[in-house]
Amino acid sequence: MTLKPVVNDPQGLAVTQGLHALGYPEVLGTRVGKHIQLTLTARDRQGAESRVEEMCRRLLCNGVIEDFHFQVAEVGA
Amino acid sequence: MTWRCGIAVFPGTWSERDCAHWVELAGGEPVMLWHAERQLKGADLVILPGGFAHGDYLRTGAIARFAPLMDAVRDHALAGGPVLGICNGFQILCEAQLLPGALLRNSCLQFRCQSTHLRVEATRGPFLAGLEAGRILEMPISHGEGRYYAPPEQLLELEAHGQVALRYCGPAGELGDEYNPNGSLQHIAGVMNREGNVLGMMPHPERACEPLLGSEDGLHLLRAALALVGAS
Repeated sequence: MTLKPVVNDPQGLAVTQGLHALGYPEVLGTRVGKHIQLTLTARDRQGAESRVEEMCRRLLCNGVIEDFHFQVAEVGA
Repeated sequence: MTWRCGIAVFPGTWSERDCAHWVELAGGEPVMLWHAERQLKGADLVILPGGFAHGDYLRTGAIARFAPLMDAVRDHALAGGPVLGICNGFQILCEAQLLPGALLRNSCLQFRCQSTHLRVEATRGPFLAGLEAGRILEMPISHGEGRYYAPPEQLLELEAHGQVALRYCGPAGELGDEYNPNGSLQHIAGVMNREGNVLGMMPHPERACEPLLGSEDGLHLLRAALALVGAS
């Protein structure tokens, strides 16, 4: 989950300043986001993807301010 | 007749007793509404108080909006009933899409607990109908995530439809970044829905309701609403 590019991210600005203070002047910008790990059951990858996308739209992400990306990977039963 | 004011209580709500005191001072009868309830116990208007419902997990208001009580609040709002969201209550109303926009982390990255001046921008709807445009109110804020944001096209729409209810300002009503405590776009402190019956605001009117607290301006909002409920 990341803030949309048009949304000001003061947290990211503070992190950039911190990195500059630590001697990393090459950092031009920082955007702070959120990482969520879900474990779920699904018949197949496509089924998992469509369910996760729906979860993102309905709860995990607020479409007014955030964008989301996700990856689905198989784990052992 | 005394008008019933339902006060929503979620796990983590912290301002419900202050709201009840405020309701009593304004001449109403407070009724607590636990989040698991499915009806409003005859409330004429509903207040969503401040706090940290469900620990603000995921996003402020994101979990609270699924409470069974919120279905009843939504029905009440869509039927034109008065609904006021204060602080966390405002965040919940935005997440529930009963109000446009979202509340983000303060631009200063600090929790801000201070007195603010507010300029009344819109005088329609149950809570602001009794006030004149341009009037300055004094009320405290107490929040870490109160930076109002709406996409540019939606902001234009809000302004065009008179949905901006309150703006942070100086003592004489002047606008400026020095008076904006959280970086809200257009200095917005409160917005209402298109119809005007749902109002959300970050400042706390219930903490400005008697001389001991330094301001009684919060009483105006509730008295206006109760007078209106009484007249209908």
